Amino acid sequence: MPACDAEGTGKPLLRQGYAVQGGDFLAGGTVSTRIKDLLKEIGLSPALIRRAAICCYEAEMNVVMYARQGTMTVEIHPRELVIRVEDEGPGIPDVELAMQEGYSTATDFMRSRGFGAGMGLPNIRRNADLLEIESVVGRGTSLRAVIRLV
Amino acid sequence: MTLRAVQALLEARTVAGQRFLDEVTIETAGAADLMSDVLAYSRSGTLLLTGLASAQSLSTADIADMKAIIYVRGKQPPAEVVAQAEARGIPLLCTTLGMFECCGRLYQAGVKDDGDASLRR
Repeated sequence: MPACDAEGTGKPLLRQGYAVQGGDFLAGGTVSTRIKDLLKEIGLSPALIRRAAICCYEAEMNVVMYARQGTMTVEIHPRELVIRVEDEGPGIPDVELAMQEGYSTATDFMRSRGFGAGMGLPNIRRNADLLEIESVVGRGTSLRAVIRLV
Repeated sequence: MTLRAVQALLEARTVAGQRFLDEVTIETAGAADLMSDVLAYSRSGTLLLTGLASAQSLSTADIADMKAIIYVRGKQPPAEVVAQAEARGIPLLCTTLGMFECCGRLYQAGVKDDGDASLRR
Protein backbone atom coordinates (compact mmCIF):
# COMPACT_ATOMS: atom_id res chain seq x y z
CA MET A 1 0.00 0.00 0.00
CA PRO A 2 1.44 3.41 -0.89
CA ALA A 3 2.51 5.56 2.00
CA CYS A 4 0.59 8.81 1.97
CA ASP A 5 0.06 9.45 5.67
CA ALA A 6 0.48 13.18 5.35
CA GLU A 7 -2.15 13.51 2.65
CA GLY A 8 -5.61 14.75 3.31
CA THR A 9 -4.64 16.48 6.53
CA GLY A 10 -4.99 20.12 5.43
CA LYS A 11 -8.13 22.21 5.21
CA PRO A 12 -10.55 20.51 2.82
CA LEU A 13 -12.30 22.21 -0.11
CA LEU A 14 -15.51 20.58 1.05
CA ARG A 15 -16.52 18.67 4.13
CA GLN A 16 -19.84 16.95 4.70
CA GLY A 17 -20.80 14.93 7.76
CA TYR A 18 -23.56 12.38 8.27
CA ALA A 19 -24.95 10.45 11.23
CA VAL A 20 -25.15 6.65 11.01
CA GLN A 21 -27.54 4.80 13.32
CA GLY A 22 -26.40 1.46 14.65
CA GLY A 23 -28.79 -1.44 14.19
CA ASP A 24 -30.92 0.27 11.54
CA PHE A 25 -30.58 -2.21 8.68
CA LEU A 26 -33.39 -0.69 6.64
CA ALA A 27 -31.52 2.62 6.47
CA GLY A 28 -28.13 0.91 6.14
CA GLY A 29 -26.61 2.25 2.94
CA THR A 30 -28.50 5.52 2.69
CA VAL A 31 -25.59 7.65 3.91
CA SER A 32 -23.25 6.07 1.36
CA THR A 33 -25.81 6.61 -1.38
CA ARG A 34 -26.02 10.29 -0.43
CA ILE A 35 -22.25 10.59 -0.49
CA LYS A 36 -22.20 8.90 -3.89
CA ASP A 37 -24.70 11.50 -5.17
CA LEU A 38 -22.56 14.29 -3.72
CA LEU A 39 -19.44 12.97 -5.48
CA LYS A 40 -21.40 12.73 -8.73
CA GLU A 41 -22.46 16.37 -8.37
CA ILE A 42 -18.85 17.36 -7.82
CA GLY A 43 -18.01 15.60 -11.07
CA LEU A 44 -15.52 12.94 -10.01
CA SER A 45 -14.96 10.07 -12.44
CA PRO A 46 -17.32 7.07 -12.19
CA ALA A 47 -14.41 4.77 -11.26
CA LEU A 48 -13.33 7.01 -8.36
CA ILE A 49 -16.91 7.45 -7.21
CA ARG A 50 -17.42 3.67 -7.19
CA ARG A 51 -14.27 3.10 -5.13
CA ALA A 52 -15.25 5.80 -2.64
CA ALA A 53 -18.84 4.60 -2.44
CA ILE A 54 -17.75 1.02 -1.72
CA CYS A 55 -15.44 2.24 1.06
CA CYS A 56 -18.28 4.31 2.54
CA TYR A 57 -20.82 1.52 2.26
CA GLU A 58 -18.70 -1.18 3.88
CA ALA A 59 -17.78 1.24 6.68
CA GLU A 60 -21.40 2.31 7.09
CA MET A 61 -22.57 -1.30 7.33
CA ASN A 62 -19.92 -1.96 9.97
CA VAL A 63 -21.43 0.84 12.08
CA VAL A 64 -24.96 -0.46 11.42
CA MET A 65 -23.97 -4.00 12.35
CA TYR A 66 -21.70 -3.47 15.32
CA ALA A 67 -21.95 0.03 16.81
CA ARG A 68 -24.57 2.04 18.68
CA GLN A 69 -24.05 5.07 16.48
CA GLY A 70 -21.46 6.77 14.39
CA THR A 71 -20.59 9.60 12.08
CA MET A 72 -19.27 9.50 8.56
CA THR A 73 -17.47 12.51 7.14
CA VAL A 74 -16.29 12.94 3.60
CA GLU A 75 -13.68 15.57 2.79
CA ILE A 76 -12.60 16.68 -0.65
CA HIS A 77 -9.03 17.94 -0.82
CA PRO A 78 -7.25 19.17 -3.97
CA ARG A 79 -5.51 15.85 -4.48
CA GLU A 80 -7.48 13.35 -2.43
CA LEU A 81 -10.78 12.35 -0.94
CA VAL A 82 -10.84 11.43 2.73
CA ILE A 83 -13.51 9.32 4.40
CA ARG A 84 -13.63 9.35 8.19
CA VAL A 85 -15.89 7.12 10.22
CA GLU A 86 -16.07 7.30 13.99
CA ASP A 87 -18.35 5.09 15.99
CA GLU A 88 -19.38 4.42 19.56
CA GLY A 89 -19.38 0.68 19.92
CA PRO A 90 -17.58 -2.40 21.14
CA GLY A 91 -14.35 -1.63 19.30
CA ILE A 92 -12.11 -4.14 17.54
CA PRO A 93 -9.82 -6.14 19.88
CA ASP A 94 -7.38 -7.15 17.11
CA VAL A 95 -7.43 -4.82 14.10
CA GLU A 96 -4.85 -6.84 12.20
CA LEU A 97 -6.98 -9.96 12.53
CA ALA A 98 -10.12 -8.05 11.46
CA MET A 99 -8.29 -6.95 8.31
CA GLN A 100 -7.87 -10.56 7.21
CA GLU A 101 -10.29 -11.63 4.52
CA GLY A 102 -12.78 -14.11 5.93
CA TYR A 103 -12.32 -13.24 9.60
CA SER A 104 -15.67 -12.30 11.08
CA THR A 105 -17.53 -12.00 14.36
CA ALA A 106 -20.89 -11.47 12.62
CA THR A 107 -24.16 -12.95 13.81
CA ASP A 108 -26.47 -15.03 11.64
CA PHE A 109 -28.78 -12.02 11.36
CA MET A 110 -25.98 -9.87 9.94
CA ARG A 111 -25.14 -12.62 7.48
CA SER A 112 -28.79 -12.83 6.46
CA ARG A 113 -28.40 -9.21 5.29
CA GLY A 114 -25.62 -10.20 2.91
CA PHE A 115 -22.77 -8.96 5.08
CA GLY A 116 -20.56 -10.24 7.87
CA ALA A 117 -18.41 -12.63 5.87
CA GLY A 118 -15.19 -10.94 6.83
CA MET A 119 -14.94 -8.92 3.62
CA GLY A 120 -15.74 -5.41 4.88
CA LEU A 121 -12.37 -4.05 5.95
CA PRO A 122 -10.49 -5.93 3.17
CA ASN A 123 -12.93 -4.39 0.66
CA ILE A 124 -12.20 -0.92 2.03
CA ARG A 125 -8.45 -1.56 1.86
CA ARG A 126 -8.82 -2.80 -1.72
CA ASN A 127 -10.55 0.40 -2.81
CA ALA A 128 -8.61 2.96 -0.80
CA ASP A 129 -5.03 4.12 -1.30
CA LEU A 130 -4.61 4.38 2.45
CA LEU A 131 -6.58 2.88 5.32
CA GLU A 132 -5.96 3.64 8.98
CA ILE A 133 -7.97 2.15 11.83
CA GLU A 134 -7.78 2.97 15.52
CA SER A 135 -9.96 1.13 17.97
CA VAL A 136 -10.48 1.08 21.71
CA VAL A 137 -12.33 -1.92 23.07
CA GLY A 138 -15.49 -0.85 24.83
CA ARG A 139 -15.41 2.66 23.35
CA GLY A 140 -15.39 2.54 19.59
CA THR A 141 -13.52 2.61 16.33
CA SER A 142 -12.27 5.35 14.05
CA LEU A 143 -11.40 4.72 10.45
CA ARG A 144 -9.75 6.95 7.88
CA ALA A 145 -9.64 6.00 4.23
CA VAL A 146 -7.87 8.13 1.63
CA ILE A 147 -8.43 7.90 -2.11
CA ARG A 148 -6.11 9.81 -4.40
CA LEU A 149 -7.88 11.94 -6.98
CA VAL A 150 -4.88 12.63 -9.19
CA MET B 1 -30.15 -7.93 -24.74
CA THR B 2 -32.73 -5.54 -23.35
CA LEU B 3 -34.02 -5.86 -19.83
CA ARG B 4 -37.42 -6.61 -21.36
CA ALA B 5 -35.90 -9.64 -23.10
CA VAL B 6 -34.33 -10.68 -19.77
CA GLN B 7 -37.73 -10.39 -18.14
CA ALA B 8 -39.27 -12.73 -20.72
CA LEU B 9 -36.35 -15.16 -20.60
CA LEU B 10 -36.51 -15.49 -16.81
CA GLU B 11 -40.33 -15.43 -16.65
CA ALA B 12 -39.96 -12.47 -14.35
CA ARG B 13 -42.27 -9.79 -13.07
CA THR B 14 -41.08 -6.20 -12.89
CA VAL B 15 -41.78 -4.58 -9.53
CA ALA B 16 -39.82 -1.34 -10.00
CA GLY B 17 -38.43 0.61 -12.93
CA GLN B 18 -40.89 -0.60 -15.58
CA ARG B 19 -39.99 2.46 -17.64
CA PHE B 20 -36.42 1.25 -18.11
CA LEU B 21 -37.17 -2.18 -19.61
CA ASP B 22 -36.49 -1.17 -23.22
CA GLU B 23 -33.77 1.32 -22.46
CA VAL B 24 -31.47 -0.82 -20.27
CA THR B 25 -29.31 -3.36 -22.08
CA ILE B 26 -27.63 -6.27 -20.34
CA GLU B 27 -24.30 -7.71 -21.45
CA THR B 28 -22.92 -9.11 -18.19
CA ALA B 29 -24.40 -10.60 -15.03
CA GLY B 30 -23.30 -11.80 -11.61
CA ALA B 31 -25.07 -13.95 -9.05
CA ALA B 32 -24.52 -13.74 -5.30
CA ASP B 33 -26.30 -13.62 -1.98
CA LEU B 34 -23.25 -12.20 -0.26
CA MET B 35 -23.23 -8.47 -0.92
CA SER B 36 -19.61 -8.00 0.11
CA ASP B 37 -18.68 -10.41 -2.70
CA VAL B 38 -20.64 -8.26 -5.13
CA LEU B 39 -18.80 -5.18 -3.91
CA ALA B 40 -15.43 -6.95 -4.09
CA TYR B 41 -15.61 -8.83 -7.35
CA SER B 42 -18.15 -7.30 -9.71
CA ARG B 43 -17.72 -4.67 -12.36
CA SER B 44 -20.01 -1.72 -12.85
CA GLY B 45 -22.86 -1.82 -15.35
CA THR B 46 -23.86 -5.41 -14.71
CA LEU B 47 -27.03 -7.31 -13.80
CA LEU B 48 -27.28 -8.62 -10.23
CA LEU B 49 -29.06 -11.90 -9.54
CA THR B 50 -29.69 -12.55 -5.87
CA GLY B 51 -31.88 -14.31 -3.37
CA LEU B 52 -31.28 -11.55 -0.84
CA ALA B 53 -34.33 -9.27 -0.80
CA SER B 54 -33.27 -6.92 2.03
CA ALA B 55 -32.58 -3.20 1.68
CA GLN B 56 -28.90 -4.09 1.35
CA SER B 57 -29.44 -5.71 -2.06
CA LEU B 58 -30.63 -2.38 -3.44
CA SER B 59 -27.95 -0.34 -1.66
CA THR B 60 -25.31 -2.69 -3.02
CA ALA B 61 -26.66 -2.44 -6.57
CA ASP B 62 -26.73 1.33 -6.26
CA ILE B 63 -23.24 1.67 -4.78
CA ALA B 64 -21.68 -0.78 -7.26
CA ASP B 65 -23.41 0.75 -10.31
CA MET B 66 -25.52 -2.31 -11.17
CA LYS B 67 -28.04 -1.90 -13.98
CA ALA B 68 -30.85 -3.93 -12.40
CA ILE B 69 -31.62 -6.65 -9.85
CA ILE B 70 -33.29 -10.02 -10.47
CA TYR B 71 -34.66 -11.59 -7.28
CA VAL B 72 -34.64 -15.37 -7.68
CA ARG B 73 -36.43 -18.26 -5.92
CA GLY B 74 -39.62 -16.24 -5.49
CA LYS B 75 -38.01 -13.66 -3.18
CA GLN B 76 -39.86 -10.35 -2.90
CA PRO B 77 -38.24 -7.08 -1.82
CA PRO B 78 -40.17 -5.16 0.86
CA ALA B 79 -42.33 -2.18 -0.16
CA GLU B 80 -39.75 0.31 1.18
CA VAL B 81 -37.09 -1.21 -1.06
CA VAL B 82 -39.38 -1.09 -4.11
CA ALA B 83 -40.17 2.58 -3.44
CA GLN B 84 -36.49 3.38 -3.01
CA ALA B 85 -35.62 1.56 -6.25
CA GLU B 86 -38.21 3.61 -8.14
CA ALA B 87 -36.71 6.78 -6.70
CA ARG B 88 -33.16 5.71 -7.56
CA GLY B 89 -34.08 4.45 -11.04
CA ILE B 90 -32.94 0.88 -10.49
CA PRO B 91 -35.23 -1.77 -12.04
CA LEU B 92 -36.22 -4.70 -9.81
CA LEU B 93 -37.53 -7.96 -11.29
CA CYS B 94 -38.79 -11.06 -9.47
CA THR B 95 -38.86 -14.64 -10.71
CA THR B 96 -39.77 -17.94 -9.12
CA LEU B 97 -36.94 -19.63 -11.03
CA GLY B 98 -33.85 -20.68 -9.08
CA MET B 99 -30.47 -19.04 -9.29
CA PHE B 100 -28.94 -21.88 -11.33
CA GLU B 101 -31.75 -21.87 -13.87
CA CYS B 102 -31.58 -18.09 -14.27
CA CYS B 103 -27.82 -18.11 -14.76
CA GLY B 104 -28.10 -20.97 -17.25
CA ARG B 105 -30.72 -19.24 -19.35
CA LEU B 106 -28.80 -15.95 -19.37
CA TYR B 107 -25.54 -17.70 -20.27
CA GLN B 108 -27.21 -19.52 -23.15
CA ALA B 109 -28.56 -16.21 -24.37
CA GLY B 110 -25.03 -14.81 -24.56
CA VAL B 111 -24.81 -12.87 -21.31
CA LYS B 112 -21.26 -13.00 -19.94
CA ASP B 113 -19.81 -13.26 -16.43
CA ASP B 114 -19.52 -9.87 -14.79
CA GLY B 115 -16.52 -10.51 -12.62
CA ASP B 116 -12.91 -9.59 -12.77
CA ALA B 117 -11.14 -12.96 -12.44
CA SER B 118 -7.87 -11.27 -11.49
CA LEU B 119 -9.50 -10.13 -8.23
CA ARG B 120 -10.46 -13.65 -7.17
CA ARG B 121 -7.11 -14.82 -5.91
